[in-house]
Amino acid sequence: MIKALIIDDEPLARNIIKEYLLNFPKIEVVEECGNGFEGLKAINQHQPQLVFLDIQMPKITGFELLELLDELPAIIFTTAFDEFALKAFEANAVDYLLKPFNEERFKKAIDKFLSSNREEQTKPVQHIVEAISATSQTQNERIVIKLGNKIKVISIYDITHITADDDYVKIHTAEGEFLKNQTLAFFEKNLNPAFFVRVHRSHLVKIDQITKIEAYEKDSHLLILKTGQKIPVSKTGYPKLKAVLGI
Amino acid sequence: MTASPLSNSKFKWVFLFLVAVFTAFQYYTLTLFHIDNRTAINDSIIANILLALCCWLISNSLSYYQPKGYKYLFVIVWCKVLAGIYVYALILIFDNIALYNGDNHFFLQLSLPVRFMFALLFIGSMATISILWYTQEENNEFARRKNESDKLTKEIELSSLREKLQPHFLFNSLNSISALTITQPKEARKMVHQLSDFLRGTLRKDDTLTALKTEFQHLELYLDIEKVRFGNRLNTQISADDTVLSKTLPPMLLQPLVENAIKFGLYDTLDEVTINISAISQHRYLQITITNPFDPQTSHTNKGTGFGLSSTQRRLQLIYNRTDLLTTEKRDGKFISILKIPQI
Repeated sequence: MIKALIIDDEPLARNIIKEYLLNFPKIEVVEECGNGFEGLKAINQHQPQLVFLDIQMPKITGFELLELLDELPAIIFTTAFDEFALKAFEANAVDYLLKPFNEERFKKAIDKFLSSNREEQTKPVQHIVEAISATSQTQNERIVIKLGNKIKVISIYDITHITADDDYVKIHTAEGEFLKNQTLAFFEKNLNPAFFVRVHRSHLVKIDQITKIEAYEKDSHLLILKTGQKIPVSKTGYPKLKAVLGI
Repeated sequence: MTASPLSNSKFKWVFLFLVAVFTAFQYYTLTLFHIDNRTAINDSIIANILLALCCWLISNSLSYYQPKGYKYLFVIVWCKVLAGIYVYALILIFDNIALYNGDNHFFLQLSLPVRFMFALLFIGSMATISILWYTQEENNEFARRKNESDKLTKEIELSSLREKLQPHFLFNSLNSISALTITQPKEARKMVHQLSDFLRGTLRKDDTLTALKTEFQHLELYLDIEKVRFGNRLNTQISADDTVLSKTLPPMLLQPLVENAIKFGLYDTLDEVTINISAISQHRYLQITITNPFDPQTSHTNKGTGFGLSSTQRRLQLIYNRTDLLTTEKRDGKFISILKIPQI
């Protein structure tokens, strides 16, 4: 038996998938979820092999949901119209179904899932998330973080700076610090360069948080944030900083 | 080439009147010098007709070529040459018909510099008037064209703002219909009709004001479709009394705002969502308030406005030339858009 999960905020959209799945007795729908939070809980609880995932959903998007998973089940995106989803699929998902899709198209997606081997289906999470994030707009406006079994959504406007910490990055906000399994290079690439500047190999700073720049040692500088924190500026970081501040 | 000032009938009559006045004036002046009547009349008429011709010539030639900058100097030279030709032509004609003889011929020679100066004055004035006339015509033409192109741009922008229907909405609705055909074919048919009626309404091409009642009916179609899509998660409340329903507003103005409210209401919360739409009449305005719940923590709106808000703002600016007609506020977990439509 193959365990499947349907995550879509429209009940009728879930119905049609269930209806089409009647032709595949080997696949059992273990749960239906109406939003990303429920979906995350259900994935962790049931460990399904296959997930039908909508992208635009309440609270967190389908993409953000994937970011919060440690291990990725096979994903079939079901979405109305999304150029980003197309790109995301090209990078990784088993298939994407553009709503409204017919039964033959659905069957093709399932066949694709059934014939593909397991190794191919479980790609490293990091990979798919990066591919998706790079093309998803809302992704770059907020960051989703797992805190135990809770989900925290951080608006990028609340961030003061981000520092590299081994395999993780530490996201600093007025509320506190949050760890996320991601590289600093990823954030440098995806966050709006009008707001953030990388001043050091392990420091990415929100530009409007900078209050002062002090000469530190020969060739190096120290940056002081509104919060009072001091951030080192590297030799290569200093010209970048000067450029964004226009000095 | 623009029409010459002499083609303007009013101008033409004034011009002919002035020719007549100067002819009379010249005749009077000549009699003061004891020129006999016959000679004075012939001289005045011939000289002034010739001068009028010169004026017509310079005015017409300037309609083909309008000088710019330092080239105005050429016009002065051209005026002088023309005045010279005029005086020369005058002598030829007078000599040919033997108008002046004996002592009188000496008088004619004496009068030549004066005639030249007068001719130059008139031809110069005519040239100046013509240049001013053509420049003004050109400016009018330019302003008219600019006005027209502005109007066209505005129309295009307005229609594109009006027709911005979210493709998501259409495809998702079709998907819902597809799902309904399996279990509830009657509901599916009903939704097809609602969707058709709604789409027909969005295809309106003109921007003439419609009654709030009509807009609300159209909005109901949209809301009914959305309710089928989202099941019991979506509730709506529309309140307006009968007097307000006859007030007018631009068509499809509420649509993007309600779309926005639904989008942020539904995507920001997990529970049931109620969208409130209320209309009241206030002074000379129709005031419509749209309220949706939102979560400041996860809201996409913290960046500011969504497309629905900015496009509505732009439309209002294009129609009423005002930017203060749409305001938004966030209060107690509610996002409120307030729209004011001037009633004329």
